[in-house]
Amino acid sequence: MSINLDRSQVIIREKRLKSIVGYQGTIKDLAEQSQSGCLKNASRGFSQATNCNSGCAQGYLSSITDAAIVNHGPIGCAGDVAGANAGFQWGQRIRGWNQRNVRVINTNMSEKAVVFGGDKILKEGILKAYERFKPKAIFVTTSCASGIIGDDIESTIKSAEAEIGIPVVPVFCEGFRSQIWASGFDAAFHALLTRIVKPAEKKRPELVNVINFVGSGRALITEIFGRLGLVPQFGTQYSSIEEISRWSEAGATISICGTLGGYMGNGLEQNFGVPYVTALQPHGISGFDDWLTKLGETVGKEKEVEEYLAEQKILAAPELEEIKFKLKGKKVVVGMGPSFAHNYIRFLEDLGMEVVWGFSWHYDAKHDHGGCPSCTVELTKKDKDIPVSVSDQQNHEVINLLSKVKPDIFIGRHPGMSVWATKMGIPAIMVSDEYSAFGYQGTIEFGHRIIDALTNNNLALNLSKRINLPYTEWWLEQDPFEFLEQNNKRTESENKKNVAVR
Amino acid sequence: MRIRKMSLCVEQIRHVCTLGAFESVLAIKRAVPIVHAGPGCVAKLWTTLGSQNGHQGSGYVGGHAIPCTNASEKEVVFGGTDRLRTVITNTFDVIDGDLFVVLTGCTSDIIGDDVGEITRKFQAQGKPIVYVETGGFKGSNLIGHELVLDAIIDQYLQPQQVEPGLVNIWSSVPYQNTFWSGDIEQLNILISSLGLKPNVIFGPDSSVDAVNNIPKAQFNLVISPWVGLRTAEHLEDKFGTPFLHYPALPIGPTETSNFLRTVGEFAGIDPSVVENVIRKQEDRYFYYLERAADTLLETRLLPRRFITVADSLYALGIAKFLTNDMGLIPEKQFITDDTPTNYQSDVAAEFAKFTNDIVAETTFSNDGGFIEEEIRRLKIRSRPLILGSSWERVVARDLNAYQLSVSAPIGNEMVLSKSYVGYNGALQLVEDIYSVVLNDFM
Repeated sequence: MSINLDRSQVIIREKRLKSIVGYQGTIKDLAEQSQSGCLKNASRGFSQATNCNSGCAQGYLSSITDAAIVNHGPIGCAGDVAGANAGFQWGQRIRGWNQRNVRVINTNMSEKAVVFGGDKILKEGILKAYERFKPKAIFVTTSCASGIIGDDIESTIKSAEAEIGIPVVPVFCEGFRSQIWASGFDAAFHALLTRIVKPAEKKRPELVNVINFVGSGRALITEIFGRLGLVPQFGTQYSSIEEISRWSEAGATISICGTLGGYMGNGLEQNFGVPYVTALQPHGISGFDDWLTKLGETVGKEKEVEEYLAEQKILAAPELEEIKFKLKGKKVVVGMGPSFAHNYIRFLEDLGMEVVWGFSWHYDAKHDHGGCPSCTVELTKKDKDIPVSVSDQQNHEVINLLSKVKPDIFIGRHPGMSVWATKMGIPAIMVSDEYSAFGYQGTIEFGHRIIDALTNNNLALNLSKRINLPYTEWWLEQDPFEFLEQNNKRTESENKKNVAVR
Repeated sequence: MRIRKMSLCVEQIRHVCTLGAFESVLAIKRAVPIVHAGPGCVAKLWTTLGSQNGHQGSGYVGGHAIPCTNASEKEVVFGGTDRLRTVITNTFDVIDGDLFVVLTGCTSDIIGDDVGEITRKFQAQGKPIVYVETGGFKGSNLIGHELVLDAIIDQYLQPQQVEPGLVNIWSSVPYQNTFWSGDIEQLNILISSLGLKPNVIFGPDSSVDAVNNIPKAQFNLVISPWVGLRTAEHLEDKFGTPFLHYPALPIGPTETSNFLRTVGEFAGIDPSVVENVIRKQEDRYFYYLERAADTLLETRLLPRRFITVADSLYALGIAKFLTNDMGLIPEKQFITDDTPTNYQSDVAAEFAKFTNDIVAETTFSNDGGFIEEEIRRLKIRSRPLILGSSWERVVARDLNAYQLSVSAPIGNEMVLSKSYVGYNGALQLVEDIYSVVLNDFM
């Protein structure tokens, strides 16, 4: 489905990308079902707390340097802003900037507003945000409450915009609308694509948009791109409205994460003529090679990329061999968002580890360019099939599975997940930085991080001896996917076979 | 003194919505919240009350372990009761707990799911479960905390024979007040030192047995400007338990000794027992303070005036200690806990009861952006001390102030068992404040 910028509201991933949050099987089956269009979401008879799209939308937009956000909802809907601020402090710190707080105002919706409508308090919130921050744009994020009571967000926004003369842009991200929090990234990018990005006045073919999060890898990418005669433009976090408005000038767009960058990348391609590089993610050697090679092909720098990669290969070879020797055959379970999960599965297998299970918190049957996600397709090319499930941070499934497969290590990415493996005595790594395992040096560093985690696991062991998990014995004896209502569900014995046979 | 109406908009939030009270359930060992709300509520609320608040993690059954319906469009359109019934049924099989509390969010409350009807059916089967409507628009999580306790009182507690000496303590709100578990431990030590027996409802020594025993108490002790009063009144109505309201968190010798005398008198304890405890504790406190006195009086750039940005509980407790015991002067005191209007004048009156007729000017606002503007407007001659949250670190840097985080959200400190309560807590507070000062130039 092409990206339609005439709409004020993004189409959620379930409808646009046939995304799901419930599945159990193998990577080959998952890819086959999504390519044949018959992949169905499986619901659950028991579920645990996940995240909502508002968190992704609000968190991502809150670090645009000269914008403000008005979150229209009860005060709890801004409960995650303290976390966004912590991230923002870190991002400012690594840039050497003077640190300030994120600019988010919540409309503090009360019972009265729920009964009589919240349009008035929204208008006040927008005017207050303008008065306090003098921003270049204001993004209005919605909530379950404002969505259900049917506040006329768009007309309130129009009237406020007429008064203050800056773009006031709706970001529709009611938590109940989508079970896939990544829909919030799309909502954020939709707001940027519809109202902030302008058609290019002049093209800058050397410029490459790099979609990322906090952007710790800026110096290295600038150096690499410099050798290729390219200039990276990172964002859209830590960018200004003016900078984002000119993203249409670039020669290409590339992303650190297929889940994050797909909507913006394809939106820029389809509506502003900036090609989007749909490569693997640059984690691990094969991912990085593919990422840079496809970029080179897109912007006509094939030869330069080839030379650079050949040089890196020689430099990194001895250390990579040493890491592979130490990690060979170690069993690992991965739990991340879909792009990171499927990329890390490939990367860890490349290191010689054995991925015994891959959890992805959701799965997009296709991406906005129309095809199945490249990181998933890539995994189907291998001989061995890998057991995977789609489990939106369903802790009972993760813990049950870990207790059965007992991996040497768990590698996760989102807050509040890796800790549970630790509580079971399993060493765990949380990949919080998107540039972990980036490129050749990053791969070597990450390899050593795994080795270190395996070398001294005393914290996890000591914890596991003294604390109890909240699960009943009955539950731990069940199949991990007992509550998954999937028609062709595999039985536990088949799961075991899967794990054993590969 | 100025009483300010809450501003409508809120920037830099310091507490969350009613549903945040699921953290109060988590504070009772082996009690399990079941959240009937949208998919992001728990994660959002947990950020302000947990991960960015002294780095309090998921614990036994918090975070992603909390059973939750993750209400979607389908539930919003067709009602969420079937989904809730299924999740509750399976929770009993999957989660190992002693008490279950169903809490609702905006989606359920606005569409009007009859959660009570569902819960009563489980109650009728003898399951230890209660429900509470905590849709976010009802108010703050401090109100939610009281609503959870109301639900437990009305739907779960049974009359019991009174056990002399047993005391229920209602004070620091779990997870909201960053030091709550340490505070509870310290308050228990103080109460035990008088020969009374605290009934430990929240924190490391808590249990559902203690919850069952709430009606057994000889009296309820509310140590807080306003949170918990409603609970004590409710328990008095229902079980006839008397209560003592002590409005200030006891920090330091002046307030703590007064607190012990007040409790001792209310409980009918021999004054010589109380005085004995006080003498020993004060001797210990002044042993350490005497050693610190040189530095407290002779260091460069000591703060003379302090600003507090905190819940009424901490603002009052800290202001009393720093003024009455440490000889500092209170600048404006910002009270951020969304104090209900009917309590505001009583709370403000407590800020006029300092020694030397000192009165601390109070401003009630939960809008950090407004507070920041007010702080920037203050004219302060010496380097001020700002006792607030992580949000104040920016304004403190700009004003060249000393900053210590004492109130949610605290992302810049790891808080485990630390507490500023009592004699020992006051020493801890002196250590923390003057370490900030000394770290500033060393």
